Amino acid sequence: MSETYKKELTCIGCPLGCPVTVTLQDASGHCEIISVTGNTCPKGDAYARKEVTNPTRIVTTTVRVTDGAAPMVNVKTASDIPKEKISDCIAALRGVTVAAPVKIGDTILNNVAETGVAIIAAGNVTALPQEMR
Amino acid sequence: MIYHDLVIIGGGPAGLAAAVSAKDNGIDDILVIERDKEPGGILNQCIHNGFGLHTFGEELTGPEYAARFIDQVLSRGITCKKNTMAVDFSVEENRKVVTAMNREDGVFQISAGAVILAMGCRERPRGALNIPGFRPAGIYSAGTAQRLVNIEGLMPGREVVILGSGDIGLIMARRMTLEGAKVKVVAELMPYSGGLKRNIVQCLDDFNIPLKLSHTVIDIEGKKRVEAVTIAQVDENGRPVPGTEERYTCDTLLLSCGLIPENELSRSAGIHINSITSGPVVSDALETSADGVFACGNVLHVHDLVDYVSQEAAAAGKNAARFLRKNKTRHQEQIELVAENGVRYTVPSFLRPAEMDDTVTVRFRVDGVYRNHTITVCYDGRPAARRKRPVMAPGEMEQVILRREELALCPDLKRIAIRIEKA
Repeated sequence: MSETYKKELTCIGCPLGCPVTVTLQDASGHCEIISVTGNTCPKGDAYARKEVTNPTRIVTTTVRVTDGAAPMVNVKTASDIPKEKISDCIAALRGVTVAAPVKIGDTILNNVAETGVAIIAAGNVTALPQEMR
Repeated sequence: MIYHDLVIIGGGPAGLAAAVSAKDNGIDDILVIERDKEPGGILNQCIHNGFGLHTFGEELTGPEYAARFIDQVLSRGITCKKNTMAVDFSVEENRKVVTAMNREDGVFQISAGAVILAMGCRERPRGALNIPGFRPAGIYSAGTAQRLVNIEGLMPGREVVILGSGDIGLIMARRMTLEGAKVKVVAELMPYSGGLKRNIVQCLDDFNIPLKLSHTVIDIEGKKRVEAVTIAQVDENGRPVPGTEERYTCDTLLLSCGLIPENELSRSAGIHINSITSGPVVSDALETSADGVFACGNVLHVHDLVDYVSQEAAAAGKNAARFLRKNKTRHQEQIELVAENGVRYTVPSFLRPAEMDDTVTVRFRVDGVYRNHTITVCYDGRPAARRKRPVMAPGEMEQVILRREELALCPDLKRIAIRIEKA
């Protein structure tokens, strides 16, 4: 019989912010959810199960723009990526610059931090006229 | 003096949505005045996602949300004067004059048939917080730091303490961490956070940043640059408790301690201001005490979701268009809207039933955290509608929708009260 352990979470489904406890058990290489308690609705149960087994986030940040009307442009992951990849994703973008013009949806970087997800532009930056560069 | 049918002061989310709506309601001669070099307002520096869930059914970043409205404004041929600051506004004998300035035109005046105030809000500065200690470099409002990092690409500091757990403070805790700074603590004066649960989890918990509720800053050290900040627990009266002091060495203090509608122009025009919201007193048409002057967005009252700003601004644009077609406001019977028992304020402050739309959205905030309470609407003291809410908090705007046909059933109605009651 392997050990059970608990993880405490705060549900983000609504302002109630239920404190949810997930009880897990190690079972041959992966963990199994024994129970979810503390939630007041099914949203809390679904959130807690995803959050302990496969937590994901959309990551948003900025990268530098050359010859643009603004020095920075907003970028984001095209879809959510595993939570533990956030810092790798940010590190992969360090030093990345793009040349203006940049348009919303432009691909900035493919397969960021081996997640299979692209970084795309989430803002528009026009190019400066030649004489102002 | 130049003339425009409709002048909109501010090209942020409120001004843009108001312009689109006024145009779609038949007004062609519209001028939007924007002081920044691009329209979009504060959205341009809010690079996190989560905007537009109600309006577009997807989670956009601030610049993406702004771009959708900027595209709508451009495709309708609406003029937006950028890099232009409105410096004065006067209303005399129904003559509305906006004084503005920019580098090309200098100082100039615009006469307007109707005006929509959409100037947004400003952060509460250190001077308004009574924090003792020195005045070194390294103390920023959270929004200023957000602009420096996200727009200018500059880092305000490396070791950070944040006072205030409103959403901007929480968002900046994550942002500074991702950019390589160490955020040591977020202190919150109140026993609860004013920010969304999602932001507490994804901006603080994800990065193991501690949140200390019922704590405030009692000392700032450093002559040239911030060197350390001391925080202490506060009692129920907000007074620091001796013996609970903790000193954090840091080079930066960010303040996220509330937003104040920016109504200098409204005041210069003599428009009545609500002392609770610090925004204009408005009717169901979002019309201020000056005929033909409307207000929407954060200049009216501070919102937590931009989607609601866009909705409110669309209503202001439609009502301004209706005013321009009739060119007057009929002053008749009014129903007063009153905030009672746990409700801090309502927007609007009164209804004009003869002219109101089929439905009017009344937005309000509660004064504390309420679990399992009801929102009760009373007509002249008689409960007319109740809605149960599992939880309400000051950080989340609430609303009730009033229907014209229901009000018509009570012809002598003088006063509608909105109150929080035990379920």
